[in-house]
Amino acid sequence: MADAQDKILLEYQVPGDDFTRAGEASADLKARLKTLGFPAASVRKAAISLYEGEINLAIHAGGGKIRVELTPARIEMWLDDEGPGIPDIALAMSEGYSTAPDEVRSLGFGAGMGLPNMKKYTDEFEIASEVGRGTHIRMAVDIGPA
Amino acid sequence: MGEFFHSVTLDRDQCMGCTNCIKRCPTGAIRVREGKATISPERCIDCGECIRICPHHAKRAIYDPLEEIERFEYAVALPAPSLYAQFNNLEDTDLVLSALEELGFDEVYEVACAAELVSDATRRYLARPDVPKPVISSACPAVLRLIRVRFPGLLPHVLPIVAPVELAARLAKRRAAKRTGLPIEKIGAVFISPCPAKVTAMRMPLGSAHSEIDAVLAMKEVYPKLLGLMKQTKARPLSASGRIGLGWAESGGEAAGLISTERYLAADGIENVIRVLEDLEDEKLGELDFVELNACSGGCVGGVLTVENPYIARAKLKLLRRYLPVSRNHLPEEADERLLWEVPMEYQPVLELGADASERFARYSEMQRLLAALPGLDCGSCGAPSCAALAEDIVRGEAATEDCVVLMRERMEAVLRALRVDRDGYSGG
Repeated sequence: MADAQDKILLEYQVPGDDFTRAGEASADLKARLKTLGFPAASVRKAAISLYEGEINLAIHAGGGKIRVELTPARIEMWLDDEGPGIPDIALAMSEGYSTAPDEVRSLGFGAGMGLPNMKKYTDEFEIASEVGRGTHIRMAVDIGPA
Repeated sequence: MGEFFHSVTLDRDQCMGCTNCIKRCPTGAIRVREGKATISPERCIDCGECIRICPHHAKRAIYDPLEEIERFEYAVALPAPSLYAQFNNLEDTDLVLSALEELGFDEVYEVACAAELVSDATRRYLARPDVPKPVISSACPAVLRLIRVRFPGLLPHVLPIVAPVELAARLAKRRAAKRTGLPIEKIGAVFISPCPAKVTAMRMPLGSAHSEIDAVLAMKEVYPKLLGLMKQTKARPLSASGRIGLGWAESGGEAAGLISTERYLAADGIENVIRVLEDLEDEKLGELDFVELNACSGGCVGGVLTVENPYIARAKLKLLRRYLPVSRNHLPEEADERLLWEVPMEYQPVLELGADASERFARYSEMQRLLAALPGLDCGSCGAPSCAALAEDIVRGEAATEDCVVLMRERMEAVLRALRVDRDGYSGG
């Protein structure tokens, strides 16, 4: 249905060492989704899952890159980093599992819900990771019929 | 969407066309066009920020004149709890209430009393198992209107219970009708208000089809009259509110009045309110039962129609509340139903870029193209609060690229340079 004009691309760089800035990308995406008239439930799902992804990039990966592609039918997001990678993805995906250092937890992050929430709040979620090379995540929120 | 009424309006003669208000407006409702500010009625939420910021006093609050009291055969004053916090060395609230009767009111009904009933009903609403948490307070009309245009996802969280002043109007009129034998329509319920948003709430209520408030007077106009009368009035025992009712005047008072939960937060000041709403929407706030939001700093004592500094007012309020019982008004459980909203609040998509997805996507892409060419200084000289807002206005057909002063200067300089080269080339030849 969507022709070339009905496609919007966004890119964000997430810095690795600044928690106060993690959340800027999801906040920006949310504002844009609202002016674009995406349904409230989809806006919420995309904003929450991208926020979790941003926090992960900042805490674990030393920063990374986010790309977002919007069509009226779909919100698709790619998160790529060149961080340490995840040795055991199944373990990392289990609720409550966290490798976040204490100073991060003391800020209220690192509860081990990041990846599980990203999966929970999206309709498609794929993760690939290689130790020492980085992690790549693709997630998508489908927009139901209006 | 129907017609709009707003209690914030512009005095064109006073407006200098500066950029203070456009920068301050939380919904981007103001533009300066042809040297004068214009307020978009669809976007304005009546928060009063522009009244506060305007150095030329060109933004005015609309409210009723004092003479309005005489319009009614029988007039009941509904003083907001913040009224008591305006006076120095006030020992108890009876003196203020007695002075209101001297001013020409036939009787008084404290909004603080109705607030205690709303607290009772809210407490029981929170205990219902089917209610999405956290519940967001609905007493501040500016916050309600903000949620309605910017946070559609939070609408199910909004407390669907009438505001204390609305309940006060209903109860005061019935009580007066019973006492006097007059028909309800002969009785006027007159609110003494700290804020203009309540004028809008009276004319265009949310949650009910029509408001039973008949007039809204500005606290700052009633205050000096009361000051004079209070010197010569003997206080009669009229006050009927407890600590909870008076507490509603300040930020945190409504939430503290719930007693049943400690899991609440109270935010005040429109920017803080927006931050909390954003975080609520993203589920960043964890386990909370209740969220109290007030558009004005300090809560209702910070309203633009008050006289006293809101922080001093809060200190005074603390002294006034000191010896009061916790609560003196109680709502029987079977009456809860009557406090519920009759009309649900609906999302007003006025901030969206167009009517359908393809129009919104096309306009968005055009906006990004325009934005890349604009200087990105957000100087406001074009009359829009930011370059992004100007780009949006252009795609909506309400402005033109030529409105950008910076771009125009660059173009003019280019023209001048070209002219100079021509002239120099000529004279040098």
